[in-house]
Amino acid sequence: MADGDPVDLPAPPDAQNRPRIGVDEWVGQVEDRREHGPRVRLVNAWNELHLAAKLAIFVGPAAFLPFVVSSDYWMQVAVITALYAVLAVGLNVAVGFAGLLDLGYVAFFGFGAYAYTWLASEHFDLHWDATYAIPTVVVASAALGFIVGLPSRRLVGDYLAIVTLFFLFIFNTLLLNADRINIPFKEGSINFTRGPNGISTVDPMSFFGLELRTLDHYFWLSLVTFAVVVGALYLLNESRTGRAWRALREDPLAAELMSMPVNRLKLLAFSIGAAAAGLTGSIFAAQNGSVFPVDFDLTLLISLYAFVILGGAGSILGVAIGAVTINVALELLRTPENASFVFYFLLLVAIVAILRRRAAAVLAGIVVLGFLLRLAAEGVKPSWTTGEDRGLTWVDRLVEDWVLLPTDIARIDDVAYIGLIAAVLALLQLRGFVRLAALVPVLYLAVFVWQNVLVIQPSVARYIMLGAMLVALMAARPQGLFGTPRVEIV
Amino acid sequence: MDWTTFIQLTVNGLTLGSVYALIALGYSMVYGILKLLNFAHGEVFMVGAFIGWGVLNLLGGAVDPRVPVWLLITLMTAAAMLGAGLLGVVIERFAYRPLRNAPRIAPLISALGVSFFLQNSVLILYGANFKTYDTFTLVDPFSGIQLGGVNVWIIRIVVFVSAIAMMLGLFALVRYSRLGKAMRATSFDREAASMMGIDVDKVIVKTFFIGSALAGAAGVLVGLVFGQINHFMGFNYGLKGFTAAVIGGIGSIPGAMFGGLFIGLAEAYSAGYISSVFQDLIVFSLLVVVLLVRPSGLFGRATIQKV
Repeated sequence: MADGDPVDLPAPPDAQNRPRIGVDEWVGQVEDRREHGPRVRLVNAWNELHLAAKLAIFVGPAAFLPFVVSSDYWMQVAVITALYAVLAVGLNVAVGFAGLLDLGYVAFFGFGAYAYTWLASEHFDLHWDATYAIPTVVVASAALGFIVGLPSRRLVGDYLAIVTLFFLFIFNTLLLNADRINIPFKEGSINFTRGPNGISTVDPMSFFGLELRTLDHYFWLSLVTFAVVVGALYLLNESRTGRAWRALREDPLAAELMSMPVNRLKLLAFSIGAAAAGLTGSIFAAQNGSVFPVDFDLTLLISLYAFVILGGAGSILGVAIGAVTINVALELLRTPENASFVFYFLLLVAIVAILRRRAAAVLAGIVVLGFLLRLAAEGVKPSWTTGEDRGLTWVDRLVEDWVLLPTDIARIDDVAYIGLIAAVLALLQLRGFVRLAALVPVLYLAVFVWQNVLVIQPSVARYIMLGAMLVALMAARPQGLFGTPRVEIV
Repeated sequence: MDWTTFIQLTVNGLTLGSVYALIALGYSMVYGILKLLNFAHGEVFMVGAFIGWGVLNLLGGAVDPRVPVWLLITLMTAAAMLGAGLLGVVIERFAYRPLRNAPRIAPLISALGVSFFLQNSVLILYGANFKTYDTFTLVDPFSGIQLGGVNVWIIRIVVFVSAIAMMLGLFALVRYSRLGKAMRATSFDREAASMMGIDVDKVIVKTFFIGSALAGAAGVLVGLVFGQINHFMGFNYGLKGFTAAVIGGIGSIPGAMFGGLFIGLAEAYSAGYISSVFQDLIVFSLLVVVLLVRPSGLFGRATIQKV
């Protein structure tokens, strides 16, 4: 220091790691930046990629899907997944960027679908070309988003969540009941929604006379929509507005004091999210050829939040990955043919991920315990092994030799199920070796319950698993899988 | 104006409203202490209704009850309160406590997860059919008192009176007991309360137990009055109870009682005089109006945000 050098300054942070305005996750990531493992290098390399490259990596392989997948059912799933991914990314604008808890988001999706239907179906005998219908729907949805966002000027936090949830509820009531609306100065009543029957005469989309006819066409349209929406939102998020949203999310009061137009930002977030939802809705309606009120209810809202939360609120591609993973898993679980496979796969992944090297011992323990119980049951009470195995796949064949299958399961199914929940909760209280030892019977019980109770109704069981996953994820990693941990700065 | 219809609607509204008020109390108490929207509360209510139904079936069903009717109803309510209360404690312990210091959105998502989980669990165990309490067989539908030409069914009176009694009991508990004092202190300032030697975790657990027990009781009362329960009833009633809590000013106990009765009456009158299809719509629009005019509810105190 003798030659008058100023203090020994650290090297200026490189562009990647420079603290950015409104991103105090930067602080939360400090551990990541110190690490230099392959994971961190991979993350950094990914972060440095250009937006177009990122999108190409994500969307490019998917574009070839129609050439690989031959079944219509799975193409349909692919279209829905792509649409839900757009929807989740749109929800992320209000929830992830601006921190506004919008529980009415599904209503915008439904509104888009119904609005497109009104413009292009037999229902009102209007047959607009999608070239005009889609922009109209998008603008109308954005306007609706603006109106629903208006209460956010006065209501904050939980109260906003309530009002938006009620909006969704009101919207659903209207869909179900707006089939006989009387308009002043007009004879008779107008049927807007055909109630629970829905409208099933929606035109396929056509751009400049070019009609989309097959599922493949709609899949490509959805992919293009995804790329456009993600690209636009990415740029928006990196812009002045995006930074302002993040400031708003972190601290609305401070943001206002920094002279940010808080109310305008909130309304903008609502409108842009709603516009994306309206766009998705119109593709959804055209692709299905029909709209029904049940497509736009609370179940979809919870699934959407699961996408956003699993991926990590705020991270666009994380949210998209969350949407793809969960939606494909839910879809696989819907059919009894695949359900067992997915269930055991998820169970195995979870066991291996948590226990690592001890997993093999635990798995062996379960099977041994199974055979012992089976032997004991055959000696004591043979009716416990003569039940019917309801599973249909080869995975079920694998387990049916060592799982008890009682004949009269209907008498004990609730006991077994509630017992499993209690056992899992009790397991969380144990520590160390006891926990590992207790894991074996609990997992065995899980297999027993799956094989005897849940496998019959995988379409319900999948929602149980989704609910449990949300709770577990919140407790273990509230920022989601791809989100950045946040540090509360006091 | 048709006087009989009016009395009939008022009776309906008060019965329904007292149930909403019981549910609203749970929301309000939890919000007051934890600043947490317990969206799973409606499902706790639903589970309570199912526990009551289970006890009814255990004791011989409505057609051939093995115990006197008054004892049967008491047992059903008690079992539902105990079961729902314990369920509330479990939910708090495993879904909310780990998130005490997480960002605001985390417990909300967790609550949605719990509610989804409970709803579908009941669906898978008991199926999607309506379950019936069959109260008309249990209690003669023509028993009761005459009020201005309207026969008020005895069950409706029992429901209203017991709901009011539970509310008054809760009010007294919060107002005069040591636990109530601790609850008020915790809700005022959790950190300061814990420094004053109050075991905050214990207070929270007890709050969850009491609130959930009231919801469980409400579940049985709904089953008794309307006869039918199902796995998705929790959402609708939970939402109404929640509306009641918000209109009354969430966090305020008299507010929740008032809000419940207000919502119940509003629903009954709009069903009777305007349209039964749009009664929910009217109720929720009322809520939005109240929130926009008085963001902290009718009985809530406006909070000043300090930085």
